[in-house]
Amino acid sequence: MSILVDKNTRVIVQGITGSAGGFHAKAMMEYGTQVVGGVTPGKGGQTWEGKVPVFNSCDEAVRETGATASVCFVPGIAAADSVMEAAAAGIPLVVCITEGISIMDECRLRAFLRRTSTRMIGPNCPGIITPGQTKLGIMPGYIHKPGDIGVVSRSGTLTYEIVWQLSSLGLGQSTCVGIGGDPVQGTDFIDTLKLFASDPGTRAIVMAGEIGGTMEEEAAAYIRDHVGKPVVAFVGGQTAPPGKRMGHAGAIIQGGKGTAEEKYKALRAAGVTCVISPAEIGAAMKKVLEDKAA
Amino acid sequence: MNLHEYQTKQVLAKYGIPTLAGRVAESPEQAAEAYRAIGSAVAIVKAQIHAGGRGKGGGVKLVRSADEARDVALKLLGRSLVTPQTGPQGRIVRKVLVEAGCDIGRELYLGCVLDRRLGQPVLMASKQGGMEIEEVAARDPAAILKQPIDVGYGLQPFQGRALGFGLGLEGDTFKAFTAMAAAVARMFIQCDCSLLEINPLVVTKEGGIVALDGKMGIDDRALELKKQPELEAMRDVHEEDPIEHEAASYGLNYVSMEGTIGCMVNGAGLAMSTMDIIKLAGGSPANFLDVGGGANKDQVKKAFKLLLANPTVKAVLINIFGGILKCDVLAQGIVDAVKEIHVAIPIVVRLEGTNVDAGRKILGESGLKIISAADMGDAAKKVIEAAR
Repeated sequence: MSILVDKNTRVIVQGITGSAGGFHAKAMMEYGTQVVGGVTPGKGGQTWEGKVPVFNSCDEAVRETGATASVCFVPGIAAADSVMEAAAAGIPLVVCITEGISIMDECRLRAFLRRTSTRMIGPNCPGIITPGQTKLGIMPGYIHKPGDIGVVSRSGTLTYEIVWQLSSLGLGQSTCVGIGGDPVQGTDFIDTLKLFASDPGTRAIVMAGEIGGTMEEEAAAYIRDHVGKPVVAFVGGQTAPPGKRMGHAGAIIQGGKGTAEEKYKALRAAGVTCVISPAEIGAAMKKVLEDKAA
Repeated sequence: MNLHEYQTKQVLAKYGIPTLAGRVAESPEQAAEAYRAIGSAVAIVKAQIHAGGRGKGGGVKLVRSADEARDVALKLLGRSLVTPQTGPQGRIVRKVLVEAGCDIGRELYLGCVLDRRLGQPVLMASKQGGMEIEEVAARDPAAILKQPIDVGYGLQPFQGRALGFGLGLEGDTFKAFTAMAAAVARMFIQCDCSLLEINPLVVTKEGGIVALDGKMGIDDRALELKKQPELEAMRDVHEEDPIEHEAASYGLNYVSMEGTIGCMVNGAGLAMSTMDIIKLAGGSPANFLDVGGGANKDQVKKAFKLLLANPTVKAVLINIFGGILKCDVLAQGIVDAVKEIHVAIPIVVRLEGTNVDAGRKILGESGLKIISAADMGDAAKKVIEAAR
């Protein structure tokens, strides 16, 4: 079992004729993802790499292919428009990989999506993968292993690190979701935790947060009240100086708020197993599962 | 990117928001000239730096003559001003704003920030002007009135009225305030602000309202996308860390820290975590450096040079989890960089992910003295030992 995506998910790639879109469309197909089409305005009618039809619009792509999800690689200046187009075409899930969308565009996008039933993952995220079935994103597929641990994270490479630790210890994953590092996101921790909590294929959850905002604190309250499965959490940026943006647009301690310390405090109080060392996240999960079995 | 107070006021004025008559001066003589031009008996000379608490640091002075304005400017210009927000080294004052004085009746607060939970900007007002809004939020959160702005529709008139009534304003003052609230919301959206504050917003004894101080931050991504060329032209590079500025020009994210271990990592989350594990193992990071997911060989080389330019760095930790950035590309970048510049300090490398075997082979065959580590924990331990 899994959340949001599986082997039946039919995917279109927005920006498939660009270098990033093309590179990752190929990697997704090699992993087994059903890439049924691409969208590049003005290049409709072409066939990408001799196998994938390219359309001028999402509307046309959905009509012709029955796509159920989109992965967006369109550059920052036009990405919000592309996600809106996908939502307007009725695509239920849009994974927006693009980094560097302006905050005001993200606000506009958020306001637009609220009036549709489309879920966006990202922006500025590695995407989502259900190991052994499908990947909609840019993560290296081979580090994953099918299993029953759900992973949700605000980071890209840190998620790979966590997955690698889990897989090395023999702990496979049900689904891994990178929700992205921007201040305005389509899907947050609570949305993802809710899905993992009710997924029979997920036995335990790893949550990797970071400094900035209050999403981890809100997630802690949700876990306390609604998640019956074990949760192991890590918060990056324990050493980050206040007032500085640490790479991710959303990773900033402002007015003394959004520190790792506060987040750990809230998570601990909610009964979450907190890990301080990023090298021991996998090991902590293993121990939690062994203790539970004992 | 932040703007200076005088720049913020220029933009406020464009949106029809009342400010006091003022002029910028870069020399004591210009300050005296500014005093005469303003034609107000009482004027204020304000140091222009990107930090708050200027009054407490002695950067805001009341003057009553052109000579006094000249003297105050002489004492401020070219000197370092230390405020509660600058750190002990302070900031060099390069410009002062000479502004007309005004009769303060009440001090209010009006500001706009992004509400991350809502994913929309929120307009905030408070009767407690002149204080840091964070301080008010911590002590008395109910004292902050808030109105979310749907960027699709903009601030609606009823929302401005709600704030005006909440502040207890009446008559012409109320009308002027609601117009100002609408203008601030419009400016926040149109200028791609990350922060916009008028603090204090002064109600004069005559019942007029005026922006006494202004603070404005602009979304860096909007600037990168070239959506705000006029605001980009206001950038003051003196207010930016020179290494951070150089890194940004290469498309790298760099933040200076005070430790001895230089770090180079791909991805912001992993980069923060690498700093954390260095600290946990008893060391201290010299920087945050994210080379990004799609770095090429040249960027890796530039990143590596940047790290080594910091004289306090005693050892370097490179932690890469190859995804889009392939390990062999990274390894070749390091080898190239080390061939060009003399490296006298130890380098610890932890590589994992895409093309890791090819990457390890390149490093192994390079003849460079590189300490390799099996995982993050091992890497932290080894780099701290090496730095001793």
